[in-house]
Formats: sequence, structure tokens, C-alpha cells
Amino acid sequence: MKRASLEPLHLVGVRVELAGQELIPPLTIEVEPGECVTIMGPSGCGKSTLLAFISGTIDPVFRATGRVTIGARDITMLPPERRHIGIQFQDDLLFPHLSVGDNMAFALPAAVLGRAGRRARIDQALAEADLSGFADRDPATLSGGQRARVALMRTLLSEPHVLLLDEPFNKLDAQLRHDFRRFVFEHAAERGLPTLLVTHDATDAEAAGGRMIGLARP
Amino acid sequence: MRRRGVLRAAPALTVGILLLPIAAGLVGTLLPAFGYLPAIGGHTFNLDGWRRLADYPGFGTSVAITVGTGLLASSLAVILAFGFCASMHDRPSMRRLGAWLAPILSTPHSAIALGLAFLIAPSGWIVRALSPWLTGWTLPPDVATVGDPAGIALVLGLLLKEVPYLILMIVSALNQVPARAHLVIARALGYGPAEAWLKTILPQLYPQIRLPIYAVIAFSLSVVDVALILGPSNPPPLAVLAVRWFSDADIQFYFPAAAAATLLLLLVIGILIVWHGLERCAMLVGRRWIARGGRSGMATMAAAMATLMFGVAFALSVLAIVGMAVWSVADQWRFPDALPQAWSLANWMRRLDSLAEPAWITVIVGALATGVALCLVLACLENESRGHRRAGAAALWTLYVPLLVPQVAFLFGAQVLLVRMNLDGTLAAVVWAHLVFVLPYLFLSLADPWRAFDPRYAQTAASLGASRTRVFVAVKLPILLQPVLIACAVAFAVSVGQYLPTVFAGNGRVATLTTEAVTLAAGADRRVIGAYAVAQALFPLIAYVGAVLLPVLLFANRRGLRGYR
Repeated sequence: MKRASLEPLHLVGVRVELAGQELIPPLTIEVEPGECVTIMGPSGCGKSTLLAFISGTIDPVFRATGRVTIGARDITMLPPERRHIGIQFQDDLLFPHLSVGDNMAFALPAAVLGRAGRRARIDQALAEADLSGFADRDPATLSGGQRARVALMRTLLSEPHVLLLDEPFNKLDAQLRHDFRRFVFEHAAERGLPTLLVTHDATDAEAAGGRMIGLARP
Repeated sequence: MRRRGVLRAAPALTVGILLLPIAAGLVGTLLPAFGYLPAIGGHTFNLDGWRRLADYPGFGTSVAITVGTGLLASSLAVILAFGFCASMHDRPSMRRLGAWLAPILSTPHSAIALGLAFLIAPSGWIVRALSPWLTGWTLPPDVATVGDPAGIALVLGLLLKEVPYLILMIVSALNQVPARAHLVIARALGYGPAEAWLKTILPQLYPQIRLPIYAVIAFSLSVVDVALILGPSNPPPLAVLAVRWFSDADIQFYFPAAAAATLLLLLVIGILIVWHGLERCAMLVGRRWIARGGRSGMATMAAAMATLMFGVAFALSVLAIVGMAVWSVADQWRFPDALPQAWSLANWMRRLDSLAEPAWITVIVGALATGVALCLVLACLENESRGHRRAGAAALWTLYVPLLVPQVAFLFGAQVLLVRMNLDGTLAAVVWAHLVFVLPYLFLSLADPWRAFDPRYAQTAASLGASRTRVFVAVKLPILLQPVLIACAVAFAVSVGQYLPTVFAGNGRVATLTTEAVTLAAGADRRVIGAYAVAQALFPLIAYVGAVLLPVLLFANRRGLRGYR
């Protein structure tokens, strides 16, 4: 599953302003493939806004400057769907109108052809998440931990070049949180994805095991 | 305690007001369709009415036109509305969309149809704008663009109103879906905005807009006023045929008329069942489409096309109203000039006398129907919030019954009842007939904001010693003033636009702006038609502007209330 083509994520002088007030001071970060960098900060410091800027979905009320590159490619001006950036939120956001398997098929590139071939890829991903045989289930019948794992596998199936984690562990209780954290970091490392985590929880940051960058409330 | 009893009775009373007359009206149409109407000598059940209907020379064509125009208009309306929302959902301007659509939505169907008739007529504004420099015409070309036998003008006229209506329904249903978060996910997974919307939001949304879509289908199949103005007349659609026979001097025509109305009811039911089946198929096909994981630009292109077409439709409706306004102040306007040679207010001055009475009746009927409906709806909603019990799916279907059953199918029977009770042609009968249509719209537009009201305000007020009545009057109503007034404006606009209920319940003796305008459509001076159409559009617009402005004025220094607007 490891791809040789992965390249580092680079933020160059990224700065975010809201109504003339600086929300995020100029920030330059390089995240190597397989590395997980954590951005720590209290709620309201603009961590999620930063991830929205990287993924291309920032609300136009914010004024953001700076560049985002993956390897030599500048993606700052690309629409979100052409950035190949996977993102995981604290809510799993599984589509309620689709089965677990169809949620994953939605993410799987169309280049994977044939119903049997697609089904095999999805079953394999479900097996990796310890959810073999769940393809035809309604997401609403899954537990919180199971849903979170499906959501991550869905993101990974879309073959992202970068993984963004927007406080993905927040809503899980202690034991689940521990397990899911390991699950996420293992999969990200196994695929060699440059990963950026934002959180306000120190244990999340420790578990990520990479560099840490603090953001203060403006 | 007594007041609580009254509140408890509100839902039953409301359902009764809606359903009993419709049920009685349906029976009153069904029986004559099978020959039974003792008042005019029909003592035995027979199929004579149906036979006469089938013997009508244009019968087959009439059915084909009804089904064809109805299905074409409603499916195009659905496609354009979906396409527009798919491609525009992420534009900031969508937040103010309601304000853009309100003038079109509040203008009666017939006013827009009259305006459209002028736009597309051979001697209409579009041809005038292109003549003679482009077309070389100095006389109007001899083609039928209005009332064309295939009903294309009718389809266009229906589209102009139905697309904005569906878009508004979609936008308000969006609040029930975590649309923004799901769109972010879909885009991160590689889908363009339109495709992301169609694949992730639309399937979640559809169950909530199913009933509005069914209402659009039923309306398109059974519309009378727009069909009288824009539709083919020989043979006309079934609904128009039924009305024509109902109002024939020879009362023996009642029987085939009732048969035609019954047939229309069956057609509507049948088509809704077929549509429901197609929904199932579309769901299966859609799942496959989604699971294939294709990320193509096709959806974006298709949605952009639909948006463009809606743009044209929107421009046509604005031009339709403006065209009527220009005619109403035109002194002389010869073909092929693009604008009148001379302008004057003389036309308005001359018409004021004849406009005054129908305008007065329009306002009175609208205000009474809205007032009664508001009391009933507030009582129902207040009863619901006190009982902590939400009205379920059955209640929703009940509200939609008047919008799904073809008007001709029950109004005729209801008229027979009114005649028997000696109430036909009275203002009260007309107010009641309007109430049947006003009430659902008022309820539907007020229910969501009312239910979103934070119950802790009421709890806080109660803990401060306020009685329930005082909480209602001093806390809830002021906070919810804006949505209450908007709902009233919607209701008033619905009342102003009613044609058939006014004609039937009024038995031709109660004239509103809308009935007058539709009657004039057949051949009166365009200046007169223009004045009536403008007046028709003006009153609902005034109500809407008032509903928006009044709370702004009253609560100018209350920023916290803005969330409730």
C-alpha cells in the first residue's frame, strides 16, 4: 500500500486574519512523508481555520495569505477536490443515505474498475479496520468507535497525498480514544502520509509522537 | 383550564376545517360523475357523464395535453431547481436568495402568466425588441405562441413560478441536513461542488421535499387560471374543460363536467404513484452511480446549464411583471416599437373606480383568511409546544391534502353544498374556500421557526412567575414576530392568487383582482390587463415588505433578535 510518490507538505508564511485582526501569525511548517506534526492550542485559536485553509474550504470571511505546497506543486489556488488532501473531523460524517460499503465506494477512485474489484478493495479496507462483513450495514447501526474507523478508512481509500486531523479523537471516551489514536497513527505511518494534527489535548499530541507547534489565542 | 381545552381542540378543528369540506366536496363531485344529482334530475347511477366526456371530439388530445404539460412542467421544474442548488449552493449570495425570490413567489400565477403572454406573443415585447431591425417585421407574425396547441407556453408559465418555489423548499430543507460538513468531506474526497451536492446532499434532502414536489405535480396537472391564459383552448386541458362545462348554461353539462373532474383526480393519483415508483428506481440507479466513484465534470456542466435556464426563467418573470407595469402607463404603444410612444397615468385614473372594488374585496378576503388561519396555526403550534408532542407525518400529509387534490375535483361538490346551505356567493364562503389553501402555507412557513424557538426562554419567563398566556403574548410572539409576519405575508399572497376557489365559492358574484384579471385576459385592452396584473402583484408585495420592515422598525436596537429573522 505504500506509495513512493508521497512528498512533503509545506506551509509557507501562512497567515490568517479575521476582520483585520490577526488570528494566526505567519506560520512556516514542513511535514515530511510519514511524519506527524501536531499543532496545539486552546479552542478559538484558529487551528481548524488553518486546516480549512490547507484543504481549500476556508470561509470567505477569513483573509488568508501564504502558500501551501505538496512537494513542488503549489496547491494554494486549487479547488478542494483537486488537492488530494484527506481530512478527518471529530464527527465521523458518514453519509447517512449510503451503506458502510457505499460510503467507502464513494471515496474509492473510479479508476478502480469493476464491481468485484471495487468490492474487494473495500472488503480489504474493512478487514484492516476489524470490520469484515460490515459493508452492507447502515452506518447508523455502528458504534462510535466503529464509525470513526470507517470514516478514516474512507479517507484513506481516496488515496490522499496528505492527511489532516481536526481533533478527530475529541468525541471518543478514554479507552476508545486510546485505541483509535493508535489506529490512525499506525495507518498514516504505514502509508507514509505527511500528517498534520490539530488538538487542544496534550495526550493526543504525545501519542502523535512528532514535533509540536503551539498556537496561542490571538 | 378552559382556555387549555380550547387549545387542545385546535388540531382537530384545523384538520376538520381542511378535510371535511374537501371530503364532502369530493363526494359531491363523484356522485354526479356517476349520474346522481337529484337537484337537476339525476336520480339513478349511470355512466352517461363518462360517455359524454369520451364523446367530446378533443377528449384524447385533452388528456394528452393535461398529462404532457403537467409532467413536462413539473419534471423540468424539479431538474432546474436541483441543478440551480447544486451549482449555486456555495455562493455567499445564496444567503439572501429568499429576498430575491420573494417578489416572484408572492406574485399570483395569473399575473405572471398575463405578463408572460405579452412577452412571448407575436406582437409581444420580445418580438418588438427585435423588430424591425433584426426580423424585418413591421406587422406581428402570424404564429400562435400563446395558447399553442402543444401547451408549450403553458409549461413555460408554470415553470416561472414552480422553480423558485422548489428552490425555496430545498433551501429551507437544507437546515435539517449537516450540509456544510458533508460537502467539505465530499470535496476533500475529490468531488467538484455540483457533483458533491448531487451525490451527498440531494439524497438526504429528497424525503423532505417530496411533498412539495408532489404538490407541484398535482398543481401542474390541474391548474386552471394559468391554463386559461396561456394554454391551448380547443381542446383545453381537462381542468379547464371541466370548469367550462360546470359553468355552461345547460346544467346537463354538470354530469360530463363531474366526470372530467373525477378523471383528473384519478390521473393525479395515478401519476403520483408512478412518480413514487420512479423515485425508487432513481434511488437504485443513484446508489450505483455514487458507488462507482466517478469524479467527472459532467454534473458540474449539467448543473451550470440548469442554472442558466433558471436565470432565463427568472429574467422572464421579472420582465413579465415590468411589461405589465409599462402597459399600465402606456398611452400609445404601436407595434413594433420597443417602448410606448407616449406615457400617461390617465389609464390608471380611468380604471381606479373599477379597480377599487375588486381590490377592496381582495384585501378583505385575504386579511380575513390570513387572520383565521393565523389563529388556528398559532393555537396548534402552542398546543404542540405545551404538550411537548410534535405533529407527525400524518399531520403533514393532512396539510398537503388541499395542495394535492385537484381544485376542480372538490370545489364543484363544495359549491353544491354551499348552494344547499344558501351560502354560495357570500364573502364568508369565499373566505372559507381561501382558508383551505391559505392555512397549509401559513402552517408550513411558520412551523419550523416556531419549533426552533429556544424553550428555555419560556421556562425562564415561567420561573419568573409569568402565566402561560403571558409567556405566549409577552415573550414568544415578540421574539417570533418576524417569522409570524412573513408567514402571514405568504398566506396573504396565496389568498390574493386564488382563482378557482373564488369563482366557485363566490358563484361568480364575488370579484377579486385575480378573477377580474383572468376574465379580462381573453381579449381586453392590454392597458387594462396591465393595470390589473400590476395591482395583483402589488398587494402581496406590500404585505411582504411590511412583514420584513415592521420588526426592523420595532426592534431597531435589538441585535439579538436577528437570529430569528
